[in-house]
Amino acid sequence: MGKRVLLIEDEPNILEAISFILSRDGWTVHTHEDGETAMQKVVGFPPDMIILDVMLPGRSGFDILRDLRGTDTTKDIPVMMLTARGQEKDRELALRLGANHFMTKPFSNAEVRDHVRNLMEA
Amino acid sequence: MLSFNVVIAISLCYVAILFMVAFMAERRAMMGNATWLYSPLIYTLSLSIYCTAWTFYGAVGYAARSGLEFATIYLGPTLMMIGWWWILRKLVRIGRAQRITSIADLVSSRFGKSTSLGMIVTVISVVAATPYIALQLQSVTLSFAVFAQSNGHVWRDAELNATAMWVSVGLVIFTVIFGTRNLDANERHHGIVMAIAVEAVVKLVALLAVGVFVVWGVAGGPSEMLTRIDASPITLWDHNGGRWISLLFLSAAAFICLPRMFQVLVVENADERHLAIASWAFPAYLMLMSLFVVPIAVVGLDLLPTGSNPDLFVLTVPLSQGRDGLAMLSFLGGFSSATSMVMVATIALATMVSNHIVVPIWLSMRPNQQAVMSGDIRHVILLARRLSIAAVLFLGFIYYRVSGGGTALAAIGLVSFSGAVQILPAMIGGIFWRGATRIGAAAGLIVGLTLWLWTLFLPSFGADALISQSVFDNGPFGLSWLRPQALFGISGLDPLVHGILWSMILNTGTFIIGSLVSFPTPLERLQGAQFVNIFEHSAAAPAWTNAAAGAEDLLIMAQRIMGSTDAQAIFEREATRQGKKGYLPEVTPAFIELLERELAGSVGAATAHAMVGQLIGGSGVSVEDLIAVADEAAQILEYSNRLEAKSTEQEQTARALRDANAKLTALSIQKDAFLSQISHELRTPMTSIRSFSDILRDGEVGGDAQKRYSGIIHDEAIRLTRLLDDLLDLSVLENGQVMLNEQTGSLSALLDRAIGGAGLLGSNLKIVRTPEVDDVTITTDLDRLVQVFINLIANSRKYCDARHPRLKISVFDRGSHFYIDFVDNGSGIAADNQQLIFEKFSRVADGSKAGGAGLGLAICREIMRRLGGDITYLPGQYGTAFRLRLPKKKLKNTLGEL
Repeated sequence: MGKRVLLIEDEPNILEAISFILSRDGWTVHTHEDGETAMQKVVGFPPDMIILDVMLPGRSGFDILRDLRGTDTTKDIPVMMLTARGQEKDRELALRLGANHFMTKPFSNAEVRDHVRNLMEA
Repeated sequence: MLSFNVVIAISLCYVAILFMVAFMAERRAMMGNATWLYSPLIYTLSLSIYCTAWTFYGAVGYAARSGLEFATIYLGPTLMMIGWWWILRKLVRIGRAQRITSIADLVSSRFGKSTSLGMIVTVISVVAATPYIALQLQSVTLSFAVFAQSNGHVWRDAELNATAMWVSVGLVIFTVIFGTRNLDANERHHGIVMAIAVEAVVKLVALLAVGVFVVWGVAGGPSEMLTRIDASPITLWDHNGGRWISLLFLSAAAFICLPRMFQVLVVENADERHLAIASWAFPAYLMLMSLFVVPIAVVGLDLLPTGSNPDLFVLTVPLSQGRDGLAMLSFLGGFSSATSMVMVATIALATMVSNHIVVPIWLSMRPNQQAVMSGDIRHVILLARRLSIAAVLFLGFIYYRVSGGGTALAAIGLVSFSGAVQILPAMIGGIFWRGATRIGAAAGLIVGLTLWLWTLFLPSFGADALISQSVFDNGPFGLSWLRPQALFGISGLDPLVHGILWSMILNTGTFIIGSLVSFPTPLERLQGAQFVNIFEHSAAAPAWTNAAAGAEDLLIMAQRIMGSTDAQAIFEREATRQGKKGYLPEVTPAFIELLERELAGSVGAATAHAMVGQLIGGSGVSVEDLIAVADEAAQILEYSNRLEAKSTEQEQTARALRDANAKLTALSIQKDAFLSQISHELRTPMTSIRSFSDILRDGEVGGDAQKRYSGIIHDEAIRLTRLLDDLLDLSVLENGQVMLNEQTGSLSALLDRAIGGAGLLGSNLKIVRTPEVDDVTITTDLDRLVQVFINLIANSRKYCDARHPRLKISVFDRGSHFYIDFVDNGSGIAADNQQLIFEKFSRVADGSKAGGAGLGLAICREIMRRLGGDITYLPGQYGTAFRLRLPKKKLKNTLGEL
């Protein structure tokens, strides 16, 4: 039984692609599409790792990250953030808020796989 | 000898001509090129409805019976007109400022928009007008009978009744057609007013013609005429001073209190300055009308056998001399006098009945917001008006039947007048005395009405008809001080003088005492100050504070009453004035006040106030708000008005600066946001394409999965292309020079094309159209316009969330523009987002469902701008609604430069 990763992303095609890549690498992938209820999902099901999109319906990924880092049970879960906006200040904000890694779309499948592996080993 | 059938035929022709005149005036007014309709001449002529059949036929009868006393009926209004500066001018000014619809509305509005006062005045007016309408029916019927009798056939009652009935039915039809075309009672009835003006000329010419014939044709010249007059018994009547003064007062007061006179004087008045001209022109008209009354009466008494009805001399004198043509003209004059009076009176009364009795009852049966938001109030009101017109005429007919048509014309007229003048104390007190209160007005009106009924109305049917002879002699239940013609034991007075004296004294006394002992509500004080000081300040203190209603709710209600075109115009104008885009203004107390006044023009002040109150939640005027108006002198008010104007000005400048600043900041933020939006929209499909093409390249999947993934790549590539196309399109539209390819085509065909191109296959969206209206030819860039149509239809397909989605496309011709409305039955767009949706990348729903980047409406907006029109969100339609405005004229240049 592989480690559990929670994928929070609202674009169905991207969800499917990342799920495919990580499942192939031995992960158990869970998905969630809504920003508003993302926090509850994480708390009710603490995963080993989170991949979090910035632009989510209901609530932004930055706000969720801030909550994750401010909550005892979730503050140590590694978080990798995804964004399609590609602005430098977004990266800075993510790292300042405590993201472990920040990745800009589009990405190669190998990049996703390698960064997730690295984060778990660290 | 004229055969009776010829008389009927000529009457019908005359009515047909009037019908044409009314119809054409209505048409011209609608097309907006009828300034002559608003001339002081037409206004003066319309006042002539004061001269009814009673004046036309009855004045001669009056002179034959009571000598020169008839002149009081002409002198009263003359005094009122000459003194117009003091009373009439004030009434007209108030009527226009407060959008008063009737005399009941005036009284109700003045005393705190009181529903009950409106009802009382309406009841008084209807009861008082009924005998008068009966009188008109009687005179028309009698004049028909004269022609039948002159052919040797004496009419029986059945024939008289049938004639009266047919005349009533005809009047109902004519009045309903021209009197209930506009719901807004405050708007002028051009058709009717024009018909009345024509009738005014006809009756004057007819009476003058008969007079000239009598003096020169029968008597043989003015000097012979004077000799005859000296010799006649008319001059022997001794003049009763009390009666003269009473009658003078009565006719002057009735001139402004009769609902029909109030209608033409105040409601139909187009310009206050017309009063100045009418103040001499109308007395001149009256003078001409009265010029030959005595000669005709004298000659009639000489020529015709004793016992003939003097009320018909105007008709019977020419007939007896074999002057058929003149008799016919005279008949048309009388007919005109009767019909014009009845039409205006029924319109005025029907407005009062519907606004002050039917609608309040209808509203009270629906005690919540639902009443004003749902159901078509317009239909209810219009139906109420039409039924009221029929009911009022029917009452007149009943009175005619019951009274047996036997009483002299003049006597009925005076009874009716004295009923109407019971409104005088409340009206005059209301516009001159700030201390007058609702309680006082109501008490005075009720006392006046009761006394009038007891001393004048019921006795008018004659002894033993409704009141038995013993009551006349001994009073009811033997209470002799209650004898209807000798109240409080004062006998020996003329019954009319007696009735007027007691009813007016007690009415006025009760009104004053009631006002002194009762305390006015805040709204009464506010209205009182506005009415009494109408000339000192026209800006009103806000009667609403802490408004809680949404603009959209108010719009929905206004549309129910005024119709969508007018309501939208008011809202749009206010929004523009406030510097806001679209149709929804800020709901300020001043705006609610304005809206209430506009609504009052349709349904009366009390009802409009109640309706607005239901939406606003009863946060009406408070005592503190009134401190400014309650008791200060006019100067303070004026000063504060000026101050207010100044601070409004400052506020506007500050707002403009703030807006400019905000725009600059927003611009740079927008540019940032726009770039990162574009980035997001482009990178998202690229992410999927890259990931899935990686997977396919690795060659690990096959079969179905492979097919599926390449399918996703394909779809995302298309999404990307479409996005780039849209962006390019938008950028060209916004900044570049666009080649517009101007063509002429049928709008209907364009809509067909758009519906075909909007991808409705497999969707259950139903398109509703009005092909008879949208079949128009337009000249513009047709392809661009279709692009807009497709966008709007596709939006509806995507977002309309109704179970049975339906999109209604309607086309309106609005002079220089076509309006094309797209209204669906979904849940609409919240007021906050109605402006936002036209911005780039603004999707109100979540993106995945829409399948677009949120550029569609931004593109539509740019295209419409290029075509010289615009697109706006249309609030208050119970669904998502867009309105396109497309200019009819050709584009200025095909480059579509802005």
